Amino acid sequence: MSELNQKAVALYGNNFLKEVTERVEDGEWVSMCMQCGVCAGSCPLGPHWEHSPQKIFRMIMAGKRDEVLTSDSMWMCTSCYSCIVRCPRKLPITHIMHGLAHYANRLDVAPKGQPTRELARVFWNNLIKTGRVNELKFSLAVYFKDGFSQGIKNLLSMQVIALGLMKAKRLNPMEIIGGHKCKDVGGIQKMLAKAQEIEARRQIS
Amino acid sequence: MTASIATSQTILVVGGGISGMTAALEAAECGKQVILVERNATLGGRTALLYRYFPKMCHPTCGMEINLRRIKANRNVRVMTMTEVLEVKGLRGDYTVKLKLSPRYVNSNCTACGECAKAVDAEIDNPYEYNLAKTSAAYLPHNMAYPMHYVIDPSIIGTSDADKAKSACRYDAIDLDMKEETVEIKAGAVVWATGWKPYDAARIQPYGYDRFDNVITSVEFERLANPHGPTGGKLLRPSDGKEARNIAFIQCAGSRDENHLRHCSRICCMASLKQTHYVREAYGDDAKSTIYYIDIRVIDRLEDFYQQVKKDPAVSFIKSKVAKIVEDKEGNLVLHGVDTEGYHRYATTHDLVVLAVGMEPETNGIKLPEDMLLDSSGFIEGSTLPEGAEGIYGAGAATSPLDVNRAAQSATAAALRAIQVVHKTSTVEGAR
Repeated sequence: MSELNQKAVALYGNNFLKEVTERVEDGEWVSMCMQCGVCAGSCPLGPHWEHSPQKIFRMIMAGKRDEVLTSDSMWMCTSCYSCIVRCPRKLPITHIMHGLAHYANRLDVAPKGQPTRELARVFWNNLIKTGRVNELKFSLAVYFKDGFSQGIKNLLSMQVIALGLMKAKRLNPMEIIGGHKCKDVGGIQKMLAKAQEIEARRQIS
Repeated sequence: MTASIATSQTILVVGGGISGMTAALEAAECGKQVILVERNATLGGRTALLYRYFPKMCHPTCGMEINLRRIKANRNVRVMTMTEVLEVKGLRGDYTVKLKLSPRYVNSNCTACGECAKAVDAEIDNPYEYNLAKTSAAYLPHNMAYPMHYVIDPSIIGTSDADKAKSACRYDAIDLDMKEETVEIKAGAVVWATGWKPYDAARIQPYGYDRFDNVITSVEFERLANPHGPTGGKLLRPSDGKEARNIAFIQCAGSRDENHLRHCSRICCMASLKQTHYVREAYGDDAKSTIYYIDIRVIDRLEDFYQQVKKDPAVSFIKSKVAKIVEDKEGNLVLHGVDTEGYHRYATTHDLVVLAVGMEPETNGIKLPEDMLLDSSGFIEGSTLPEGAEGIYGAGAATSPLDVNRAAQSATAAALRAIQVVHKTSTVEGAR
């Protein structure tokens, strides 16, 4: 268990609803849910994930901390906003789902190897280095995230597209060394550090 | 005419539905002069359009008849139909009210013989059937209409249809030269009983009221069940006239929803439970009613009615707000959603869907006296004037979503308040 997670458990004990209310972005809305189920019924990915927003909110109220934080459902949200539009109590459901995903990630209890979580992590690590997304390195990192042989398979299956992109000058092979960056990389990194510092103040330290 | 009805001891009642009629009668039977104004061509309001009341399942004809008899027998009430309030000015005890009288084109010679209706070719959507049926442009609003006089729809004035109606009338009751009039009256107190309207179901986009013929509202279902209604009391679906045996009732259609009406309309649960009786009466054990709900909210003593319906094997309850409705090729409707009791995903087919639409206050969309205080849904909460200075009182469903019983209670209370105002002004002339 991560240090942050231990602290959160020590601080809130069984009161997971309070923890979500205070620590998760837009988490204060969760207690407004009246369990009508319109979000679950409206979600286009609904049949494909285990915990609908309705279920997640009920689980939070029931104090099912581990089940909620390790659920992969929040990571499946595509931000289509159908739930927000239809929620009769105007809960910002999409934002709450992302808030929960972020919180689980921060406590390092989010499901390991969950594809959308991995994708987000790779994207972020790629972006913060130069302030620009290096598409070549990003694609390679995604292909090889499940090991070397799977990476080679992925590469081979995508090679026609890659060559097409190169021909159309949409993909520069020279990006593999360094790559393009924004004018003030140091400035971007300072900005991100500051943002993290502000975020940490809101969170358990 | 204006002079004869002007007196500061008069109580003006706005709205001639069950609340307005009750308030007017209670005040009049205490000896007060009352003017009862109604925008439509008849008294009775939405109550008269119901098939049956809950919880006793009696017909509105009965209660309406008693009230109409009381009105006919009481010389203190003056009824003005087709009359709207344009403006209320003044203070407690001394109001000047501007009224607009729309022409009926039929005078009090009318015996309701119906010859004009037969003579006229033009048809209009019948507002007293929630537009489910057409009626002749010369029409009697409904069987319980008061006054029992026909109305000529303004759309045929100046056409040959109007002349046909006039020549068909043997009692010289049709006056095509009637004009709109504005009159001013004086009143000491005002009871505002403008009631409610069904929420516009087309705005609930996922339910497709505007797209699917077989999605109807609860007030329309009352008309279908009514033997005097467009289908002669048979539960036939609008798309193909097929018998609707498997009917879904969707609760909170518009109510308890920040995107629509933020209040609980309070009566819709009971209304749907009542309507399951109609389905059972029509088809016996072949009937199938399914109620989709968030919570069943039946108020206090009505809980017993709910428990009885729950025992009926023809009625099932699904705890879920339906997410969306899709129409199949036969015009059946597939309801999609997730059942909160067990989180089961369902896609269930029904012949007909009845949306238990919420009650929107009629105060949304009409001009109100300035000192009226409304709540966030538009219901009358009270007055903006300090306590004791007010002389306009809300009554019935204009103040809160109420059933007939509670509307009558609320109206009686409002009448008593209004009586207290005119009592005061009758001793101290012109005070406050």
